[in-house]
Amino acid sequence: MLLRHTPNEVAERKALTINPAKTCQPVGAMYAALGVHGCLPHSHGSQGCCAYHRSMLTRHYKEPVSAGTSSFTEGASVFGGQANLVQALDNMFTVYEPEVVAVHTTCLSETIGDDLPQITDKATKDGKVPEGKHVIYANTPSYVGTHVTGFSNMVKGMVKLAESTGVKNGKVNVIPGWVEPADMEEIKRLSALVGVDITMFPDTSGVLNGPLSGKYSMFPEGGTTVKELKSTGDAIGTLALGEWCSADAARLLDTQHKVPCKVLDMPFGLKATDRFVDALRIIAGVNVPEEVSRERGQLVDMISDMHQYFYHKKVALAGDPDQVIALTEFLVSIDMCPVHIVTGTQSKKVKARLEELTADVPFKVNIAAKGDMFLLHQWIKNEPVDLIIGNTYAKYIARDEDIPLVRFGFPIIDRVGHQYFPTVGYKGGLRLLEIILGRLLDRTDRDAPEESFELVY
Amino acid sequence: MATAKKKLVKWEPTDIKEEMLKKYPPKVARKRAKQIMINEALENETPEITANVRTIPGIITMRGCTYAGCKGVILGPTRDIVNITHGPIGCGFYSWLTRRNQTDASGEGDENYMPYCFSTDMEDKDIIFGGEKKLAAAIQEAYDLFHPKAIAIFATCPVGLIGDDIHAVAKQMKEKFGDCNVFGFSCEGYKGVSQSAGHHIANNQIFKHVVGENDEEKPGEYRINLLGEYNIGGDGFEIDRILKLCGITNIATFSGNSTYDQFASAHKADLNCVMCHRSINYVADMLETKFGIPWIKVNFIGAESTAKSLRKIGTYFGDKSFIEKIEAVIAAEMPEIEAVVADVRTRTEGKTAMMFVGGSRAHHYQDLFSEMGMKTLSAGYEFAHRDDYEGRHVIPNLKVDADSRNIEEITVEADDTRYAPRKTEAELAALEEGGLKFKEYEGLIPDMDKGSLIIDDCNQYEAEKLVEILKPDIFCAGIKEKYSIQKLGVPMKQLHSYDSGGPYAGFKGAINFYKEIDRLTNSKVWSYMKAPWQESPELSATYVWE
Repeated sequence: MLLRHTPNEVAERKALTINPAKTCQPVGAMYAALGVHGCLPHSHGSQGCCAYHRSMLTRHYKEPVSAGTSSFTEGASVFGGQANLVQALDNMFTVYEPEVVAVHTTCLSETIGDDLPQITDKATKDGKVPEGKHVIYANTPSYVGTHVTGFSNMVKGMVKLAESTGVKNGKVNVIPGWVEPADMEEIKRLSALVGVDITMFPDTSGVLNGPLSGKYSMFPEGGTTVKELKSTGDAIGTLALGEWCSADAARLLDTQHKVPCKVLDMPFGLKATDRFVDALRIIAGVNVPEEVSRERGQLVDMISDMHQYFYHKKVALAGDPDQVIALTEFLVSIDMCPVHIVTGTQSKKVKARLEELTADVPFKVNIAAKGDMFLLHQWIKNEPVDLIIGNTYAKYIARDEDIPLVRFGFPIIDRVGHQYFPTVGYKGGLRLLEIILGRLLDRTDRDAPEESFELVY
Repeated sequence: MATAKKKLVKWEPTDIKEEMLKKYPPKVARKRAKQIMINEALENETPEITANVRTIPGIITMRGCTYAGCKGVILGPTRDIVNITHGPIGCGFYSWLTRRNQTDASGEGDENYMPYCFSTDMEDKDIIFGGEKKLAAAIQEAYDLFHPKAIAIFATCPVGLIGDDIHAVAKQMKEKFGDCNVFGFSCEGYKGVSQSAGHHIANNQIFKHVVGENDEEKPGEYRINLLGEYNIGGDGFEIDRILKLCGITNIATFSGNSTYDQFASAHKADLNCVMCHRSINYVADMLETKFGIPWIKVNFIGAESTAKSLRKIGTYFGDKSFIEKIEAVIAAEMPEIEAVVADVRTRTEGKTAMMFVGGSRAHHYQDLFSEMGMKTLSAGYEFAHRDDYEGRHVIPNLKVDADSRNIEEITVEADDTRYAPRKTEAELAALEEGGLKFKEYEGLIPDMDKGSLIIDDCNQYEAEKLVEILKPDIFCAGIKEKYSIQKLGVPMKQLHSYDSGGPYAGFKGAINFYKEIDRLTNSKVWSYMKAPWQESPELSATYVWE
């Protein structure tokens, strides 16, 4: 037993987090920044943060992740990090020639109170930011929120580049939230199919799923360009996918440039995708083409074909709020029963939403926001499930309790595919079902006695 | 690419160095020039290499921080200590199982906390009002849940800034429990200039709070400690297998596959064998001063090096039957290795490597490559000090700068009751006379070819330049570097956490490594960089259907 010390009995813990279902803000800020074309993320703090975030993102995406660090030592921690950041900006623009540097803070620079706008102003005045280049920034103290908050804050930082000319450009902004490069690509495909011209930001497709060609470019082809970011102020509207990842940036765009916004769930599963497509249709005043309805129908078809394997199966779920909410809705919609749901984010709103979504589940449902994977494991010990959906770290629980695992969310550092195969939209829904079904039927095959080992499912 | 090939012949080390420095702002270039050394060449601006100095802000470094060196590297591989990170969630999260330290906790009643990540998950209110109360409560909760032998606390950046006294909390909780050792590490990420500071802090505290706690006699005729071996990918398992075959008792490995009790009993060994000089050489010194245990430098990376290290241990203890047993083990293991080398060498002979890895790995692994007939063109350490490059004789001349001064040095004296010299002065002198060197490490420089480039704290930009210019057949560094190098069409092997492979230490490990390097350098995939239409884009024929 790998997690042999986890007792069945759940005792309340007030101070000790064990096996967290979240991590800290800066890694989210770094991921978001990579979704801007020509952008070099920069971590303002000591070296370890940057090294850890780059390592984690690299392990998850199996792609190069470059980022600078202010390399604080004790001196900078006492006297402030201005000198380090100004020097870092100078070095980065000279050596790596990015279009944009996206600075985010760490708990160190936040605690000493470094003022990013002031420092970047100074760097600009001192000529350390070349003409036509940009510095965007986000405050991402690690002791507030989670990696999701960090993502959201850096996307808000991008909105600072938005400009409005007073003339609408007919485009719709889509903020996809922390999803995979493949998901971002799928959102673009689906929007194009519906016939809506979108500006999506951030967009890590092309950046974190690059080809192997014998050439290395720190700044690959993909990503939302500065020009596109500037134009977001002239859009006819913004669709923010996910309250926790995307809504703040959309609202800021509304306040600053009067771009109306609508906050939707991340389009995982049938219903959330329906609402996304419908919103696109309404905002852009187009008819949804038959092709999209056909894709939808295929998903409904698979749900009906395979329903016997989903009906009333118990699931334990851990992940980020936007993802967990959409997944819970999807699971409930196919008559599966999420019975233990954990997210690392402290939020009554998340909890209330999850309670609402699972109100009709015919089993007792445990929900924690915030909770950790130690608690999730304890719940599973007391009420076993048929399936676990969570990130790589859930594999320890899955092995100890002998329960099939579907890897979903961040980080996935022991499998590939998430970079390339979307789980958003109707196509993504098909893929999610395929994976869930595969795991469940593999288990059936493994456990079946010889006399009832079936060829046909 | 005819031009590139022509260039390869023409590039002189000085040109390469110049090319690497060209793009830097002048101040940065001046600093980096002192950290890039052309081995044994007179063109070097300084006679020695500059090392263990601050990383330049904004230069994309391979380094991590002090916390990573302390909690991640040194205490990470210890299975029965509850390691609580006191800080926001990130630091604990990222150091949770990510170094592939393996441990064997299969014995009955064995404790294993390695798959757990414990954190006080500090929030803004803890930063504002102080986190000591939360820390004390977290320690209490951990104690109530697990009743471990020991609880260790690791300070992260904000903890040092707000002034939480983790040591006072630890002391208070230790006294309260009575049956659980609680101690803390002031390993805030901003201390020092690299992970190295964290190793130092970790080792000092383990030495202060744990080593020597258990005076029970340990069985075994030839008792050693293995210092600086972290059981990445199972290296320590293979070394232990070999030691056991030879009849050597390993009292404690610092700290791969280790337990609290092993640290506590380390003073019962008769010889200390140092693998990674960088991370732990001072512990060997302290063990000698306090308990009288001499130390030698060993290297279990490479079959020849493994054999050599075993023979050193044999010479130290000096018993004829023991030495014969060691020779028998070597003789039994070697044929399989020779067979694999003979096969692999047909495909690896003459190939080239580069490696930029942590402490001693950039040195040790060159032995494995040379066993395969491969040459190391360039190497360097991520967090070494000058003695790792130039040898221990430079230690007295090392300047103590502001960053090093922040790292606690502990002074050790001979233990009143337990100091017992394992060999007399005369015996030690005789052994030295016979060629066994105590307290000696000559460093990386003497082992590298003339004209090779030795680079301290190599960064992403320089690594790319080196690969573009010298086109090595393999590049070794860490996960952050892996994919940018591979995009250039050069296979990259991680030597921190070994990708998915290992063990690479000892005899069986050497075989694994030869096969792995054969796979990497001879994989067909590196020939697929260009599609047929990119290889010859000219349209020269007219097709019949036109």
